[in-house]
Amino acid sequence: MNARVCTVTGLQVENHAANLIKLHAVSAVVFLLLGALAALGIALTRWEAVHLLSPDWYYRLVSFHGVNMLVFWIVFFESAGIVFASTVILNSRQAFAPLAYLAWFLMLAGALMADWVMLFKPFDQATIMFTAYPPLKSHPAFYLGVILFAVGALVNCILFFLNVFNARREGTHTGPVPLFTYAIGAAATIGVYALLHGALAFIPAFLWSMGWIKDIDPAAYRLTFWGFGHPAQQINLCAMVGVWYALSTFTVGALPVNEKVCRTAFVLYVLFINLGSVHHLLVDPGLGAGFKIFNTSYAMYLAVLASMIHALSIPASVEVAQRKRGYTKGLFEWLKQAPWGNPCFAALALSLVIFGFLGGVSGVIIGTAQVNLQAHNTLRIPGHFHTTVVGGTTLAFMGFTYYVIPLIFRKEWWSPKWAKVQPWLFAAGIVVMALAMSALGMLGYSRRHYDMSLEGAPFQSDQFGGVALLFQALVGLGGTAAVASVVMFALNAVATLLLGKAVETVPSFPPVQLPTPEPEGAPEQPRPKFAAPGVFALAIAFLVFFVVMYAANWLSLAKTWEIK
Amino acid sequence: MSVFRPPDDWWYKTPVDFEEKVWIGVALVWCLAMFAAMVGWAVWAKQNPPKESYRTTPKEFARKAVEFIRARQAKDAKGSPLFEKGIPVVDVPQGEDGYLIAKAWAWEPVLRLKKGQPARIRMSSLDFQHGFSLQPANLNLQILPGYEYVATLTPTSAGEFLILCNEFCGKDHHKMVGKIIVTE
Repeated sequence: MNARVCTVTGLQVENHAANLIKLHAVSAVVFLLLGALAALGIALTRWEAVHLLSPDWYYRLVSFHGVNMLVFWIVFFESAGIVFASTVILNSRQAFAPLAYLAWFLMLAGALMADWVMLFKPFDQATIMFTAYPPLKSHPAFYLGVILFAVGALVNCILFFLNVFNARREGTHTGPVPLFTYAIGAAATIGVYALLHGALAFIPAFLWSMGWIKDIDPAAYRLTFWGFGHPAQQINLCAMVGVWYALSTFTVGALPVNEKVCRTAFVLYVLFINLGSVHHLLVDPGLGAGFKIFNTSYAMYLAVLASMIHALSIPASVEVAQRKRGYTKGLFEWLKQAPWGNPCFAALALSLVIFGFLGGVSGVIIGTAQVNLQAHNTLRIPGHFHTTVVGGTTLAFMGFTYYVIPLIFRKEWWSPKWAKVQPWLFAAGIVVMALAMSALGMLGYSRRHYDMSLEGAPFQSDQFGGVALLFQALVGLGGTAAVASVVMFALNAVATLLLGKAVETVPSFPPVQLPTPEPEGAPEQPRPKFAAPGVFALAIAFLVFFVVMYAANWLSLAKTWEIK
Repeated sequence: MSVFRPPDDWWYKTPVDFEEKVWIGVALVWCLAMFAAMVGWAVWAKQNPPKESYRTTPKEFARKAVEFIRARQAKDAKGSPLFEKGIPVVDVPQGEDGYLIAKAWAWEPVLRLKKGQPARIRMSSLDFQHGFSLQPANLNLQILPGYEYVATLTPTSAGEFLILCNEFCGKDHHKMVGKIIVTE
């Protein structure tokens, strides 16, 4: 096998695997940049004092932004992760390499087709949003593009399992797979059933757009679409949690506190998280209360339990590693002395907090069957998922990229200074924007809406009040800051690839702090009852915050009209 | 570094620390409590997603809704049919079902309800998917063509309420605004 040995980790990097990781990673960053430029137009349009775009271009770019970010950027990046987790980490080669290149090509061709339709076809054919709900009908090339992309992604998921199988058969890897591979394995498993649901939604939609079938039942489409759309976000969740474990190992040398617990939590994701598709159907006709309540809770919140387990386990592993290094004073010395100047650590910590405190809590709340009456299709929805898939997953992936470029592409970062600032700017922008969106949503603002002043409509009202104008400005400003940060990230990455110096032995930036092995024959230390007291205290504070927010939403619901 | 290296063969036999056990226990209790809250709310509380819905067709629904509007349209002081901005204003009498049409890009008719009095409203779309978004009460429902969604609404305050559309439905989506009037 044509391979080199990584100077930092000692792992073997096979050439095909390295090429595929590069192709997927570069494609990911390109689509991230496209999506971000659209985001700027959207944010500055919803700030109605600016109202940058025409309605046509606003709705077009909302469609474009959604598909490029939620599908193209994220899945390309995850495909890079799939190759990495199933080859490099297992010291093995890419199986069926030509097929893997073909899968990448299908994804790229599909993405370009869909983007072409969304940007250049007439409005009625181009603009049907990420959700593509029939009877809105797009150009056939849109559906076909999405289908091609999905086929490529599905091939990648299957190749993941073949690679793992191959690594065992060829003996490059023995024993249980490492935790990162396990996490990506969970993501790939969810990926397979998510993409099969996607086929059930998009293939009929394609046939319908060609005029080969007459009708699509809108309720049935919603069920199958969300059987794809919701698990697709849980692929991101699993991949992000895997990246969190990886970043904590690379930045502070953390080891999972208990592998049994982490791995069980991933199994809970695989088993129950697909039920969350019903989050999107809570106020739909045609479904009963029992069906909605059981499914929206992921079978009594067992998937939420899994996230709460990771929420303790990852920061606890960081605390334990830091305490081992001698930062033992009080509850939080370990946190103060953490490597905050390392963008990888900053991205880890910030995305963990944003995802947990804002994304996780808001998700459970708006996914509550009855509370959803006050959240469905309001700006609270994008307010929520910009704290999960953007402030959480995207930020974690950007943090991971700061290691991927020096370690896989073997290039020194063009500007470490930009890299250090970037995660902070991104986190600040996203938090400000997402909180403002959530506040507007609570006031009743619609998502995907051009003009909340309702100009030109038969009825207007000033019910949203002056405070809404302030929140609109915060959406515009926060969004602009986040886009600026993405541009910094993408330009830095491109400049590094084109102009960066080659890494000679070990990359000079960002710093790597791997776990120190226990000395041979050292007596086993009894573990204290609370190995990570600081994180335990934070976890309790998190729970209190969760309970208060949850209760507040029930109170708000109790005050509105009665409905049954 | 078992994030990247295989763990010890016996990783699944490592006992779980006290700290983690406590957290998992607390988290599990909270999860079950949230589930119980949802079930309890469905049984005892007064705001739940409507459960009643029927298959229909846009044609059939439009026919029934127009019939209702003709029969129950309100009259102005001179006794002629009442409109607001060209949209008929219609009373929903007690014991009778009201109809609300969603179509690109209008909600029809303007419904008049009484504070504290439950009103059964049948809603459906004649074309695309729409979002019934009652403001400022902030109640939101998904409206689909081919499905009649029956919501029983009891207004708790008098005044004028807007119905926005919060599901994207084409180029003038943001101009699709209707009204519900609640009298004392």
